[in-house]
Amino acid sequence: MNIVMKWIHLLGSPPYFYRFSGKLLPWLTVICVGLLVWGLYGGLVQAPADYQQSDAFRIIYVHVPAAWMSLFIYVSMAIAGAIGIIWHVKMAEIVCITSAPIGAMFTFLALVTGSLWGKPMWGTWWVWDARLTSELILLFLYFGVIALYRAIEDKRMAARAVAILALVGLVNIPIIHYSVEWWNTLHQGPTVTKFDKPSMATSMLIPLLVMAIAFKVYYFIALLLRMRTELLQRERNSKWVKELVGLS
Amino acid sequence: MKPIRRQRLLLIIAMVAAIMGSVAFALKAFNENLMYFYSVTQVANGESPDDQAFRLGGMVVEGSVKRPGEGLTVVFDLTDYQSTVTVKYTGILPDLFREGQGIISTGRLDADGVFIADEVLAKHDENYMPPEVADSLKQSDATNQTGLNR
Repeated sequence: MNIVMKWIHLLGSPPYFYRFSGKLLPWLTVICVGLLVWGLYGGLVQAPADYQQSDAFRIIYVHVPAAWMSLFIYVSMAIAGAIGIIWHVKMAEIVCITSAPIGAMFTFLALVTGSLWGKPMWGTWWVWDARLTSELILLFLYFGVIALYRAIEDKRMAARAVAILALVGLVNIPIIHYSVEWWNTLHQGPTVTKFDKPSMATSMLIPLLVMAIAFKVYYFIALLLRMRTELLQRERNSKWVKELVGLS
Repeated sequence: MKPIRRQRLLLIIAMVAAIMGSVAFALKAFNENLMYFYSVTQVANGESPDDQAFRLGGMVVEGSVKRPGEGLTVVFDLTDYQSTVTVKYTGILPDLFREGQGIISTGRLDADGVFIADEVLAKHDENYMPPEVADSLKQSDATNQTGLNR
């Protein structure tokens, strides 16, 4: 077994993971805050106004990274769920279930900022076009995952049921991404995530990418925090948790 | 990989593939209903419904916007660079509405083939740039891209 595989196996051990993530979190927080300040200053102050939408386009610096994250977290959740089913890795099950509330939060943020953007630009808060509807279904999928996990008493069993639901819902991800190309929609087509060169000026694009990375780091922080809580709860009777809180 | 794990992996792959396949067929069957709007050419070919309201999408023709009378009524031509339909609308237009802009409008055709709109929504395309860049592009006449006639 090489050193990388050894390390991955070590991370599967709850006490080791707890200690390691505790050391990682302060650094990640510094990186995340730094990227957020850079991205927001670049997007809200430095980037030029748009030729059509002038300053109103700046909501893109929250809306688009949040929408990307809503898809990214769903895929991570489904992959972690599949690993949990196939290899019965407890840590993967925890990644799967703790990702759901974070993903739901980003989906909600994307829907709300989109709505706030739609009113002044399109002239409406909401339309039932393919992009908006499929993104709303994604929010309901996240809610379904959270509710299903809460509904089943045996948590190992619940994690398996949740993983199946997450894998079934995976079909929605390409639909969301390609909805603006397959059908006529009010929502615009892709600006950045396509094979052509991004149809955005570089001075506007850089803060957008910085914000996207900042949101990814935020997801990682929120995930680690939630995983640590879940681990303490699940392993509350084990020796290492009792030692940690000074009970034995 | 142990046989039981390989079996589970294959089972998951088969399940995801089967769901993707069946959803693809379902979406193909409902393709018409998932279109948010009809294009001007579709309307010109008589593909749009006569007896109910529908959405029409296209570009506002340059120099065609007229305001007959004092009120909020506005008349303009809508095109997809193949066919043209005249649209009549009474109400407040969104900020992005202007000539050469893509819009989506809800309403129905009257007997003369004029589209009587109840609602006009502005569609913006996927291009973002500073005004100076847009101006220089316009001068070199390279801005003929819209989100509508792709």
